[in-house]
Amino acid sequence: MRFLVLVWNNLKRKKLRTSLTLLSIFVAFVLFGLLCSIREAFMAGVSMAGADRLVVRHKVSLIMNLPVTYGPRMERIPGVESAVHWTWFNAIYQDEPKNFFGSFPVNPEPFLAMHSEYLLPEDQKQAWLKTRTGAIVGRTLTQRFGWKIGDRVPLTSPIWPRKGDQAWEFEIVGIYDGAQKGTDTSGFFFRYDYFDEARARGEGTVGWYFVRVTDVNRVAEVANAIDAEFANSPYETKTEPEGAFAQGFIQQMGNFTTILIGILSAVFFTILLVAGNTMAQAVRERTGELGVLKAVGFSNGLVLALVLAESCLITAVGGLAGLGAAWLFAARGSPIPAILPVFYLPTENVILGVGLVFALGLVAGILPALQAMRLQIAVALRKTD
Amino acid sequence: MINWLSQVASITFFNLRTIPHRKGAAVTAAVGIAGVVAVFVGVFSIAEGFRAAMTVAGPDDVAIVLRSGSDSEMTSGLSREEVRLIADAPGVARMPGGPLASAELFVIINLPKRSTGTDANVPLRGVEKAAAAVRGDIRIVEGRMFEPGRNEVVVGVGAARACSGLGLGRAIRVGQTEWKVVGIFSGGGGAAESEIWTDAAVLQPAYHRGDSFQSVYARLTSPQAFQEFKDALTTNPRLKVKVLRQAEYLAEQSSMLTGFIKGFGVIIASLMALGALFGALNTMYSAVAARTHEIATLRALGFGASPIILSVMVESLALALVGGAVGAAAAYVAFDGFQAATINWQTFSQVAFAFTVTPRLLTYAVTWAAAIGLLGGLFPALRAARLPVAAALRDT
Amino acid sequence: MMKGETPKPSAVTEANRMSPDDGILVRVDNVDKTFHRGSEEIHVLSGLSLEVPGGDFLALMGPSGSGKTTLLNLIGGLDRVTRGSVSVGGERIDQMSNRQLAAWRARHVGFVFQFYNLLPVLTAERNVELPLLLTPLSKAERRKHVETALDVVNLSHRSRHHPRTLSGGEQQRVGIARAIVTDPTLLLCDEPTGDLDRKSGDEVLHLLQALNREHGKTIIMVTHDPHASARAKRTVYLDKGQLSTEKPE
Repeated sequence: MRFLVLVWNNLKRKKLRTSLTLLSIFVAFVLFGLLCSIREAFMAGVSMAGADRLVVRHKVSLIMNLPVTYGPRMERIPGVESAVHWTWFNAIYQDEPKNFFGSFPVNPEPFLAMHSEYLLPEDQKQAWLKTRTGAIVGRTLTQRFGWKIGDRVPLTSPIWPRKGDQAWEFEIVGIYDGAQKGTDTSGFFFRYDYFDEARARGEGTVGWYFVRVTDVNRVAEVANAIDAEFANSPYETKTEPEGAFAQGFIQQMGNFTTILIGILSAVFFTILLVAGNTMAQAVRERTGELGVLKAVGFSNGLVLALVLAESCLITAVGGLAGLGAAWLFAARGSPIPAILPVFYLPTENVILGVGLVFALGLVAGILPALQAMRLQIAVALRKTD
Repeated sequence: MINWLSQVASITFFNLRTIPHRKGAAVTAAVGIAGVVAVFVGVFSIAEGFRAAMTVAGPDDVAIVLRSGSDSEMTSGLSREEVRLIADAPGVARMPGGPLASAELFVIINLPKRSTGTDANVPLRGVEKAAAAVRGDIRIVEGRMFEPGRNEVVVGVGAARACSGLGLGRAIRVGQTEWKVVGIFSGGGGAAESEIWTDAAVLQPAYHRGDSFQSVYARLTSPQAFQEFKDALTTNPRLKVKVLRQAEYLAEQSSMLTGFIKGFGVIIASLMALGALFGALNTMYSAVAARTHEIATLRALGFGASPIILSVMVESLALALVGGAVGAAAAYVAFDGFQAATINWQTFSQVAFAFTVTPRLLTYAVTWAAAIGLLGGLFPALRAARLPVAAALRDT
Repeated sequence: MMKGETPKPSAVTEANRMSPDDGILVRVDNVDKTFHRGSEEIHVLSGLSLEVPGGDFLALMGPSGSGKTTLLNLIGGLDRVTRGSVSVGGERIDQMSNRQLAAWRARHVGFVFQFYNLLPVLTAERNVELPLLLTPLSKAERRKHVETALDVVNLSHRSRHHPRTLSGGEQQRVGIARAIVTDPTLLLCDEPTGDLDRKSGDEVLHLLQALNREHGKTIIMVTHDPHASARAKRTVYLDKGQLSTEKPE
């Protein structure tokens, strides 16, 4: 620790250059944090998936509907604990497609029982059960539009017109929060019975099902059993674990992760070059001083350690600040709630970032440090005679 | 003036000649800028490619009609009555067989994507006989067009490339039935190439659509006839529709994803540019610091401040342009023409496209690089100019 | 000018006591030193021998390039002989590894340079403290030694200053304080007054004399200033790699 003074004071030399290096490292780690948050935003569906849940959809495509009678039929299959249906409502709010959010008619009690990740106070749940046109709304969504309990929200749906073609009327009776950081709380859920009765067409159909299995280890078996049950019927199903279903969407985007990694690598490589060059320069300029340290008795190993400590200190100050800034930015919430409802910097990525900070410091400093270590004292101290 | 210019020139050449001595720092700055440019070009080539696929400059006389309030075909719905009214509207070109209009259905079918092996949403379009004629740029490149009423499909070249199992002679399963791939078509590089087409009459029962459609594609008598066509439809009390030119519609459909990619790209590129700027500043400051003595000597000899400033900036600019050129070239070689497919959230289906490095994109990139170079040289240059000459000369 | 107090002995001081058995502290025996510049070989020292008794104050003079600094470096363990032996305080430093040499230098030698070689980012007291960082002393103990050393060179009032705000003479005195802070037996000075004006130079030489007479430090000083060498106890001349006690013409 005593040597920290020496290392710290060395940074005060050439403040401008140190600041610029610090700033470029800061920028690199802000970028790292940002990209990790974006990646997590896309992957949230996968990370939050329940290990004991399956998604059952129409085999041909997700946009085709299934009968509501499938629910009870599935619950009779051994291994199935419960089945809950969702339907894509495609609500348009204030006639503005930009106001997009996910909206779904569901059956309140089974829905809340299946989706324990949505936390709804008991009294609000009771209000929902009592109010036919009631809807529960996620916390993030209320923040976006400033909705409160008791607000009346009219919505239209281009795919599900109402009988008589009026708008669908809803009353907000509850606000739900997420059990975990990555839970999506941007949804709008209302009652299926209200929907099914007033819809102009498609009575008795739903979009897809979530199914909970009794035994997590028999997930594949149960999935096959469900698909077998409905094989060769007019509505064939495809059942897969929730994680795989979410993953499928991300896969459709193409090799997103590869692109992100590519960008990050390019950035880090560049920053490494900059930091490394600055370090090397700094060491070159201090040849005489390093010689003095050695003359005074600092061992080669100690000099190596001092140079490495300096480079790690620079990357630490810049890098940790950058990670912190990225974390704070993500904590403010999503910059594009319509596309990325979930937005935060996961802890594992922060830890990875810290690791990278020190790795960067070591790699950037190692060559100059070795150079310093191998300095011949007499050469370093030599004055022009 | 000539004197001034020659001062700038001579100092600049002198500076540039000393670059080999400062290889390390110079290479660093150049590489930093090359990196920024490469990433910038790479990310934006995705946006450009995607946009190009979605908005191929087709004929200007094709209109699309959707239900009013729908922002895409998927969420639109038109009855047979409405479709008939639309096809009979004024402004629609007519052929011996009838109006040049095609009522269409747009749905999704899940098929395995080649690059990931997992299922992707592939657009499946039910069309009427006139569909190809309406669009004008559809050509069968292999096999033949499907026959109406039969379980046959034709596949766009983009879809065939992106998904497995869509070759000529293969079959896709829709519920209980198998539909045979009888032809592959090209669509001038546009969005249609990512689609699978079949007879609307066959698609409707398979997807339980009764007798409804989702859109009408109509070829107009001339581009100018659009207004007449639109007015006729929007003033008709029996219709509640939205009328767009095809180009407009496609641009709208790609706006969200293109916007997202561009926004993303700008943020990334800005942050990287900032980092590169700091690197450039560092390089130039140390360059100036290393030459304090020389610069002071020049000033003592009578060279003015502004030639010195300019020479430093020119040096920085030169480094940046070299870095920018290298980065741009690398990006072009690596990215241009790279085939990819991704999901367009607005249509909820795959679009096949190629990364496209356009000349405009390259120009932007090199401009960024130049800006970084100029800024990176400006402050060090000013510092060089304001050196106290006597003190600097005394410095060993 | 100079406080006549002797620094109190401490754990460090005791450990640094080098007791030569026959009174000879430094013994250079038949030493060759050759430098390689590209493909050229430069023989700076050939077959050079020198004995320096404990308590001596030796001035080493000679023309530029004669190898004075080289010899000093060899004695201080800053460089290695090509052939021959160097022993200081009975220890053969030519046989020590780099790590051993570093530790040895920290405890037994103090260096004073012509251009002071202070670290510009550190204050005077932190500069003086540097060699102590290598010892097991606590912060408080280190502070005490630093205060004492600065006291000896009469610079306590400037302890918080950075080198750039000190005059040449003051900087050199900080250099001397650093050289004595671990209480080494041997001080090696390379042109200590070379960059100073007459007055400051005299102050420094006076200090060195006091360190030699009153604190028993053995001093070997390279110089080409006759005024400086006059203050030493004896002078040897180095020319073309050969030592002699006679001043060459």
